Amino acid sequence: MNFDFSDDQKTIQDQARLVLSRECPPDRARQALEHARAYDETLWKQVAELGWPAIAIDEEFGGLGMGYLELCVIAQELGRAVAPLPFTASVYLATEAVKLCASDTQKAEWLPQLASGDAIACVALPETRSLNHGAINTVTAIDAVLNGTAQAVLHGHAADFAIVAARDEAGRMAFYKADLNNSAIQRQVQQTIDPSQAMATLQFTDAPSEPLGNGEDFPHCYQQLLDRAAVLLSFEQVGGCEAVIDMAKTYTEGRYAFGRQVASFQAIKHKLADMFVAKELAKSNAYYGAWAMTDGERELPLAAATARVSAINAYYLCSKENIQAHGGMGFTWEFDCHLYYRRAQLLSSVIGSAPVWKNRLTEQLLTA
Amino acid sequence: MDFKDTPEQAAFRAEVRQWLTANARPKQTGAGRPSQAERYDDAKRWYKKVADAGFACLDWPKEYGGAGLSQIHKVIWSQEVANYAEPDGYFVIGIGNCGPAIMHFASEQQKQHLLPRMASAEDVWCQMFSEPSAGSDVAGLRTSAVKQGDKWVVNGQKIWTSGAQHSDYGVILCRTDTEVSKYRGMTMFYIDMHQPGVDVKPIKQMDGDAHFNEVFFNDAEIPDSQRLGEIGGGWGAALLVLMNERLAISGVQPDGFPELLQLVKTLQIDGKPVSDNPSVREHLADWYCQHAGIKASTNRMLTAVAKGGMPGAEAALGKLVGAVMNQDIANYALQLLGESGPVMNPDIAPQQAHFQKTALFSPGIRLAGGTDEVMRNIIAEQVLGMPQEPRADKGIAFKDIPS
Repeated sequence: MNFDFSDDQKTIQDQARLVLSRECPPDRARQALEHARAYDETLWKQVAELGWPAIAIDEEFGGLGMGYLELCVIAQELGRAVAPLPFTASVYLATEAVKLCASDTQKAEWLPQLASGDAIACVALPETRSLNHGAINTVTAIDAVLNGTAQAVLHGHAADFAIVAARDEAGRMAFYKADLNNSAIQRQVQQTIDPSQAMATLQFTDAPSEPLGNGEDFPHCYQQLLDRAAVLLSFEQVGGCEAVIDMAKTYTEGRYAFGRQVASFQAIKHKLADMFVAKELAKSNAYYGAWAMTDGERELPLAAATARVSAINAYYLCSKENIQAHGGMGFTWEFDCHLYYRRAQLLSSVIGSAPVWKNRLTEQLLTA
Repeated sequence: MDFKDTPEQAAFRAEVRQWLTANARPKQTGAGRPSQAERYDDAKRWYKKVADAGFACLDWPKEYGGAGLSQIHKVIWSQEVANYAEPDGYFVIGIGNCGPAIMHFASEQQKQHLLPRMASAEDVWCQMFSEPSAGSDVAGLRTSAVKQGDKWVVNGQKIWTSGAQHSDYGVILCRTDTEVSKYRGMTMFYIDMHQPGVDVKPIKQMDGDAHFNEVFFNDAEIPDSQRLGEIGGGWGAALLVLMNERLAISGVQPDGFPELLQLVKTLQIDGKPVSDNPSVREHLADWYCQHAGIKASTNRMLTAVAKGGMPGAEAALGKLVGAVMNQDIANYALQLLGESGPVMNPDIAPQQAHFQKTALFSPGIRLAGGTDEVMRNIIAEQVLGMPQEPRADKGIAFKDIPS
């Protein structure tokens, strides 16, 4: 048994952490909030040059031909840095959707652009639960012509093209690729809880598109896409947990009350211990998900759901208790606590929230 | 990242499997729980059998009754023996805690005499640290050992001693100097539990069982040759033992999840499977995340140990999470059973009244081997490196500490 990342993978992680600590202090996420920027273009170019979007793409399609484990350690560091990048949309979701569903010709055309970071893509998922204002994705595809609206599309405003889940006239769901620089598609940035990961509404009016592959076996492809994204996101969430545990520890050690370090009070220590425990369980479950993604496909559905639910629970706990440990300062705009709290909320919703994944987890357990 | 055995590990696993198939008893559903005396005799027989086959204390040196193998071999053994109904963990405290103390501090002659008999459970050992007024603050212990010539005279009382009623020897931590600060005035010994001046009295627990004991010492004599470590060096020796205890219990701490899943799969409420209930499903998912998380954390820790690391204070995590969960699951299962929840007849209550028994036994697990609160302190101070609380007993002689 060797249930750990390899030395090479740890080196990649250390380098990523070094780069991000220099190029992406948490203040970058605040700037994204204050200036309503879709994403940090300078930083995106930097990480693209480092090859991060290309990690899990085969060499024949312009990628680095590494594996998911390398992508997992990068995800953890992006989460630690609350990086304002379209990584989730373009790398974990769109790139993986293309890898899973597209034909070889399509892959040869699209993957190199995604690998180099020259193109950013987003995914409009077939979420079925509705907003107050109607269903979240009503897009139809009749002869690959798209009509309807997709809400809450992560990085929909920054993307060059979208992978859209749409129903054809027979009610069959499939993925379609649509170039977003087309007047048949109206885009509008939505107000969200974490503007450093912007969301948009995409409105399609007779927009041309191209189906991914032959559209067969969509449910299976879609579920695999979600399972992979769940594991990758759980590493981002764990990275975020580690960042806020460090913050809470550093702040309470530096602050004195009643003549002693705040960190020496058992009430604070036990809070931090509970944060650590939740993070550690989530991290171990994320590791298992990473293993299942590379080496244990049969285990992936349960492992991914476990990683996802654990990570959602842990990041919520850690990010809210970090604010609490900071006292009043934790409630200010100036301190970084809210950036992580916002990110925790956002990451817990994309690709389906806790109730959906708990149900999926239980289904796996009961049918095993 | 993988879960594969190396070729050498795979060969060892095959050898273990072959031996277990021929020698271990399979698990039986519906088997009644034997009495404590029966379980003890049973465990003695099993340990002897394992030792005769060369599988006892796999990571100990051969000359001391072990197999000269590694921690990983022990894990493989545990994984395989878990498929059978044998009492393989029965003497874990004696062997897991007292073994390392003897290994580190006893003379060569003592080691050769004592350790093989410990490994085969021909001699049973117990560990005596806690006292009525020294629980979480175990270093506050008062049982005194006074030197008279080449022997020590022990007076005082220990408590919560697992298995003392069966034990031939015990490792004991005593106060040998009250003039110095508390951590510097302790010394560790081992003692013959059958000798005059040692009296064992079982403690009836809230669940009716009697796993723990009080042990009274009235002028019990220990030769100086049975001192383990330096005079005044008892605390350092105790920390070594406690660290081994954490490793011994990590990963074997029951958390109750497999039993709950089995119950949920079979139970109906108003003619409908209880597993369809959204609230039940939510609980199941949350507990599975903890259950899987403990298991995966243990595997990460074992990987680190296999690479030559030491088991860190992280091991406190499995105990903390598993013990609370075990209690909460038992409570939840009783709720699911509704009006029949309180019924404890093993032939009626599901899984031989597992949940009712656990409801009554699990409070003790949250206390034994370090309370939940002590575990949180360990994680905060030793893993996260947070500062200790200010203390009223620091830097003053033990005799001057308020009590």
